[in-house]
Amino acid sequence: MAGQQRQAAIVGIYEYPLRKVEPGMTALRIKAECAARALEDAGLTWKDVDGVFDAAEGGPAGSGLAISEYFGFYPSVIDTTSVGGSSYEFLAAHAMRAIAAGKCKVALLTYGSTAHTDARAIGTGGMAGLGPPNPVGNMEDPWGQTLIANYAMVAHRHMYQYGTTPAQLAEIAVTTRAHAVRNPQAVKAMEDLGFVGTGEITVQDVLESRMIADPLHLLDCCMISDGGGAVVIAAPEVARDCRKTPVWLIGAGEATRYPENGRDITISAAAQSGPAAFGEAGVRPDEIDVAMIYDSFTITVLTILEDLGFCKKGEGGHFVEGGRLRWDTPGLALNTDGGGLSSNHPGMRGIFLLIEATRQLRGESTAQKAGARLAVAHGNGGMLGSRHSGGTIILARD
Amino acid sequence: MARPLPRFPEPDTQPFWEATKRHELVYPTCDACGNIVFYPRRHCPKCGGRSLTWHVSKGEGTVYTYSVVRQNRNPAFKDLGAYAVAYIDLDEGFRMMSNIVGVNDPTKDIHIGMRVRVHWEDQPGGEVALPLFVPA
Repeated sequence: MAGQQRQAAIVGIYEYPLRKVEPGMTALRIKAECAARALEDAGLTWKDVDGVFDAAEGGPAGSGLAISEYFGFYPSVIDTTSVGGSSYEFLAAHAMRAIAAGKCKVALLTYGSTAHTDARAIGTGGMAGLGPPNPVGNMEDPWGQTLIANYAMVAHRHMYQYGTTPAQLAEIAVTTRAHAVRNPQAVKAMEDLGFVGTGEITVQDVLESRMIADPLHLLDCCMISDGGGAVVIAAPEVARDCRKTPVWLIGAGEATRYPENGRDITISAAAQSGPAAFGEAGVRPDEIDVAMIYDSFTITVLTILEDLGFCKKGEGGHFVEGGRLRWDTPGLALNTDGGGLSSNHPGMRGIFLLIEATRQLRGESTAQKAGARLAVAHGNGGMLGSRHSGGTIILARD
Repeated sequence: MARPLPRFPEPDTQPFWEATKRHELVYPTCDACGNIVFYPRRHCPKCGGRSLTWHVSKGEGTVYTYSVVRQNRNPAFKDLGAYAVAYIDLDEGFRMMSNIVGVNDPTKDIHIGMRVRVHWEDQPGGEVALPLFVPA
């Protein structure tokens, strides 16, 4: 790891504990609550914040200016990059660079959503007719593609090209659920959102759950919850005096992919962002202890594990078999908080990837990987089968 | 309830949809680099060229991938039952999204690599026709 830069660290985290929020709770109030708790976790105060990083959903009332005013901050850096579910990996990368450049010392990342309470049908709502007329809408609205169907098209192609099976995809849901049952917040989430069962599941359970968009079953899909979180990223001189051990951001990569004539849709933006992040960090995938991979669907994880280089392209199905990615088996551990599949998915899950990776490197996870020193967080935003963003962050403890 | 149709004014895709009234599947190519610009837009996304020429496709191609949608809360698609959304690779080299129809059971009768051809479905009012695909 010689030459590795340690110019910014996560020093404070907080995940909003409820996935079905109290009546009257709003995205802004969730953000402010999480901000206060994450600063408390760091041992910092409201006055220390000089960088605001938020994906700024919700129009003018959620803009960078509006959020900064609502909080009461006078930031020297505001970043409202919004690229879907990976936004908080992009924002973490930008915070790291802003701190390294001396433009701010304490960057606050905030996220809040009431997607469940609002009954947003993110996966099955169809996406037709949103906003003013536009080229993509005109070429795609008539076909009734749901978001799940878009990811399902990647799964079908992956099965066709590499022989991947539905049972292999199901293994990812099974492993993730095994982690969720150890996490009281995830168990409560599943109870509050009316999951039929909140215990461990089998491959058979996934395959027997109802088909939503072939070949993806209900249990291949993430939940739609409320929720939110905050992450405090600080400069080294601040980090050394914080309450918790710093978790360093040592590498970052950002990339996008679009539908293109002849493109292989089994390869995601992670194939570009991953090598960039690992290269900057000076570490290899086989050195990573914990992988926090955006699990909107099981196929998302399978594709990204391959693209990040944990196994060869096309070998993901075999790689995830037999509980290999459980917290208590040797080697890599996956989505140890229970993931979007079984713990928390309010629309943009990216911030929770950073939060659980930090817990792991502090030794605070409910499915703690023994001796974890290196983690990767990879967010995927948009639609894996067409236009999407990929953000990779490599994290390390001292 | 009719399915969602393209909305205008939208100058990038208007020529594509105008041609559907004649049951022509059209696509633009870049005069500078030859790239097929699809979805259609004002410029070539490969080279930035802004001189494009439209061509008529034979409307024949191959299923690149697909999914059968079992659940869509948009009421426009309720009556279709389970229906197939697919990416079709047209023989001229462009990839477009559409539906595959004309099969008994979309969950069993569609496979990647199968040959398909365009099947025009006129829409009420005659504003556009939809290029659906059926087994060739």
